[in-house]
Amino acid sequence: MKVGVVVFPGSNCDRDTAWAFSLLEGVEVEYLWHKDGLPGDVDLVVLPGGFSYGDYLRTGAFARFSPIMEDVIDFAGRGGLVLGICNGFQVLLESGLLPGAMLPNRGLRFICDWVHIRVERTDTPFTQNLSVGQVLRIPVAHFEGNYFADRSTLAEIEAKGQVVFRYSDPEGNVSERTNPNGSLNNIAGLVNERGNVLGMMPHPERAAAEILGSADGLKILQSVVDFGAKV
Amino acid sequence: MKFAIDILIERKEGVADPEGNTIKDALRRLGYDSVESVRTSKMFSVVVEVNSPAEAKQIAEEIAQKVLANPVIENFKIFNIEEAG
Repeated sequence: MKVGVVVFPGSNCDRDTAWAFSLLEGVEVEYLWHKDGLPGDVDLVVLPGGFSYGDYLRTGAFARFSPIMEDVIDFAGRGGLVLGICNGFQVLLESGLLPGAMLPNRGLRFICDWVHIRVERTDTPFTQNLSVGQVLRIPVAHFEGNYFADRSTLAEIEAKGQVVFRYSDPEGNVSERTNPNGSLNNIAGLVNERGNVLGMMPHPERAAAEILGSADGLKILQSVVDFGAKV
Repeated sequence: MKFAIDILIERKEGVADPEGNTIKDALRRLGYDSVESVRTSKMFSVVVEVNSPAEAKQIAEEIAQKVLANPVIENFKIFNIEEAG
């Protein structure tokens, strides 16, 4: 499987993400400069974390207009696999590939911490190796991770089962107490209707080896790589 | 002709404004008990070189819609279209 990691000016998790994917068998990783086109042989596009364009105006607001994004939007429209992590999730929201928007964290603090997320769905390429209700321990690092959508959009997202991960406690209980940033319905990760585009605030690449404190993030990356191997 | 335009971007009603809330709480702590709410917004002052105020307004609307505001959470207002030196 060929994984393309997009590099925007200000991306800073691109190398960690490439490293984490390179731990998996059968994966070839390529960095994709945001001004270039998307190569035809890429199977998975990853929009990494960081501070694209200095987070100016709004997080992800300018990355969305980077030349490569036009190709990424086409690719996603054809069913191509796209994973947006943290700032990458914000770019997916800004570009309209996923519904909603991010607000500053409730409490107005940058949160750099370990969180638990509960898996809500396993019929997506990104979670097919996991089980419903399984709890993963993965870190977050963001200032704007407070997920918002208007009432009707949120109802639609829930009705269509687009929520893939929710902030929970280690036992999988979801409540206000386990909500680090004020996200509506504790949403930590979301797919599009078709299920081929995932945005998530936690950083799976930072939980890719036990020595880092957890290898749970690698399970998500392994899922999508296994999915790609079958296609 | 050059025109200066002010574009105000504000959060839609019902969208949380953690910064505004923090400012409100601080003001009340300072004894301004009459302060009921504070909402933050952003103001952009843009200069364009076009042929008419109508054209300036049209461009302002376009950039507000496309770039400056995120329609999911924000509204925009355009005002003070003035000829600039």
